[in-house]
Amino acid sequence: MFGYYIQMALRSLKRSPILTALMVLAIGLGIGASMTMITVLHVMTNDPLPGRSAMLFTPHLDPLPLNHKHRGDGPDPTDNLTWPDAMALLNAHPATRQAASAGGSLLVRPARADVRPFNVSGRYATADFLSLFGVPFAHGQGWSAADDASRNHVVVLSETLARKLFGDASGIGQAVRLGDSDFRVIGVTADWRPQPMFYADLSAQSFGDADQFFLPLSTAVDLKFQTSGNQSSWGKGDSGDSMTSGEMTWLQFWVQLDSAAQVQAYHQFLIDYSAQQKSLGRFQRPPTDAKLYSLMGWLAHKNLVPTDVRLQLWLALGFLLVCIVNIVALLLAKFLRRSGEISVRRALGARRRDIFQQLGIESALIGVAGGVLGLVIAQLGLWSVRHRPDDYAQLAQMDMLMLFGTFALAVFASILAGLLPAWRACRVPPALQLKTS
Amino acid sequence: MQLRPILSTLRRHKLTAGLLVLQAAITCAIVCNVVFMIANRVQRISVPTGIAENELSVIQSTGIEKGANPQAQHAADLATLRGIPGVQSAVAVSYSMPLDQSESSSGICPSKQALDRAMQNNSIEGSGCVEPAVYDGTPGLIKTLGLRLVAGRDFRPEEFVSEGKPAVAIVTRALAQHLYPGEQALGKSMYDGDNYVLIVGIVDRLLRPNLRAPGVDGDSLISPRRPPDLSVLYVMRSAPQDRASVLQAASAALLKLNPNRLIPPTRMQTYQEIRAEYFQRDTTMIGLLLASALGLLFVTALGITGLANFWVQQRRRSIGIRRAIGATRGDIVRYFLTENFLIVSVGIVLGMLLAFLLNGVLMQHYELPRLPLFYLPIGALLLWGLGQLAVLGPALRAAAVPPVVATRSV
Repeated sequence: MFGYYIQMALRSLKRSPILTALMVLAIGLGIGASMTMITVLHVMTNDPLPGRSAMLFTPHLDPLPLNHKHRGDGPDPTDNLTWPDAMALLNAHPATRQAASAGGSLLVRPARADVRPFNVSGRYATADFLSLFGVPFAHGQGWSAADDASRNHVVVLSETLARKLFGDASGIGQAVRLGDSDFRVIGVTADWRPQPMFYADLSAQSFGDADQFFLPLSTAVDLKFQTSGNQSSWGKGDSGDSMTSGEMTWLQFWVQLDSAAQVQAYHQFLIDYSAQQKSLGRFQRPPTDAKLYSLMGWLAHKNLVPTDVRLQLWLALGFLLVCIVNIVALLLAKFLRRSGEISVRRALGARRRDIFQQLGIESALIGVAGGVLGLVIAQLGLWSVRHRPDDYAQLAQMDMLMLFGTFALAVFASILAGLLPAWRACRVPPALQLKTS
Repeated sequence: MQLRPILSTLRRHKLTAGLLVLQAAITCAIVCNVVFMIANRVQRISVPTGIAENELSVIQSTGIEKGANPQAQHAADLATLRGIPGVQSAVAVSYSMPLDQSESSSGICPSKQALDRAMQNNSIEGSGCVEPAVYDGTPGLIKTLGLRLVAGRDFRPEEFVSEGKPAVAIVTRALAQHLYPGEQALGKSMYDGDNYVLIVGIVDRLLRPNLRAPGVDGDSLISPRRPPDLSVLYVMRSAPQDRASVLQAASAALLKLNPNRLIPPTRMQTYQEIRAEYFQRDTTMIGLLLASALGLLFVTALGITGLANFWVQQRRRSIGIRRAIGATRGDIVRYFLTENFLIVSVGIVLGMLLAFLLNGVLMQHYELPRLPLFYLPIGALLLWGLGQLAVLGPALRAAAVPPVVATRSV
């Protein structure tokens, strides 16, 4: 019966090719626009580290004085940690792994004469950083806590940077001049580029190129390297070294917690730590302000999707809605025009259910065709998104989920559009139509 | 034209007519808001900066030599740049231009009392103090940028300082009014927390590097301070057609003079490129909004035409009868046009309500202002026109139905 209905539907669609084409075009446009924007939103809210993200958490403390007023348009100072707090959390190490880090940009002076000096961005981090996030190594290895403690000049390069500096050789053991100091290369990482860059200061940069180097945080502080994230300070007088000041936040901190009990315990640890700091007079705000975000929770909290992209999504969905209403009206007209045929079938014994099924299949066929067209339009749309200069633009690619989603949405929309017309048409009385025509 | 027969026909096609009304209503609501959003964005991107936009180009240079004297290097660089054919004048600025995104701003007060008020409240709000964007540069800045002095004078060469804070400043007219409402700002001394700064000149307009809110976007202050850092932005003025060649020549000349520097290719720009980059999201958005508005109107027109075609076919017999008993072709065309007008009108009434609801939601989530009332008649005219156009084809086809149809049985 199903095959027969499909045959009938095809025949009926062929009978009015222009109307059919219009309906397919309408649904294709609506689906194409919607899927473009849904895909953009999907890649922007993607899990950046599948498999590992469930175990990663970021603690946040509130060391701000009570009278501090946050300016609405500036970054939130409590997004990052101060140096003393980060070191205290690091040294207490109640988590499986923990690492503090900050982004930075450094001038590289290649030994090769044919390469001009250039700037690269990378991260200053504590020893656990690379194993915490499972950064894959191509050669060599990371540094140890001992390197952190003695502020050794060691560096781990990305494969891209190593190739640029040393040609095909891995470069392990070679020296590279970063800023005004020489560093010894101890490892080379394979490309590691989670998007969004959840581990970085998201207010400064959330999507972008892979980090090109990793070097010990203590060494960077020692050499007073520039950082590229936000530095929010609130102290009155700048006393001594600002990077290690307790009144400036600039460090990102991540921990690995393997079980719910460990998460619970770590949160309690943060509250206890804040209470202790408050009793010492360093913190002024309630200790319960200390927060522990999961990776996806942190991304949701930072809300990386620009309002323009949200607006574009709503616009596309509004467009799809108008397309659906349009198809409802056209299908209604089309089905009612066949009242004669329907009443003959009813008179010959077809049940309402049969008519409903037959017409439903016809609308679903329009949906499938619209889905194919929508897919083409969505690919065009994504292609144009990729040509925008925004930092998230390069990510705009469809994955399998979105591919099936396109068809599912198209068929769902067209069946939804066909429901009302099919219901109306299957209520055509069997005999009356035969009489008048 | 009698409305009775049209209304009674429509009553028999409630569902289809209702769907058309719904479609017209949604389209009207969305298109009104979309057009309003387009108008807002166009207004945003056409804001004037006050500088000679199409004659300026910039090139960034970052020295990488430790211990070099930056300002001596800047002076040598500027002398080289001024020698490039086509360059009318050149200055160095610390790092920013209007709409160039990185901004240096600092609080400044009309008097010491105002500063005390601000300190007391721990907030700049309501104290009379403002937070202008601060521009600096080498002598010749005002002329090179093409700023228009409306009061006072340009800086004198001896007023430029190499370190520390200058004692004079030139402010924009907007900043002057915000600091000293209703008073003559020229010759007044502003207080910056440590020193008094004398206003020696007022320029008509100079936009901030980063827009904040329309009320404060024009608040800028120009300080006669030579850029102190190794990283500097050179601004060159030339005839519009010379800009590309000037930039190429400038990059080559600077590297030849001293190769110990970085010149990022992304920071060799004409000013118009800087401006386009700043508003890139807005221009993309305008394009998308325009496309979706046209798409919506197109789809709605499709729907109207499709349904009208169906109705004409369904009513061939009654059209024939009407023709046989004396209706002219014009009567038939008018019938369908009027029918469409009625349907679209109901849709527009409903659509206006929807437009305001949608605007309310947008105001809440996307900081859109309230929809001005004059958008509604524009939206209505647009939809009426669209409806009439879409139905014209089917109506003409209906008019072509010969009266003899009445005598045939189908």
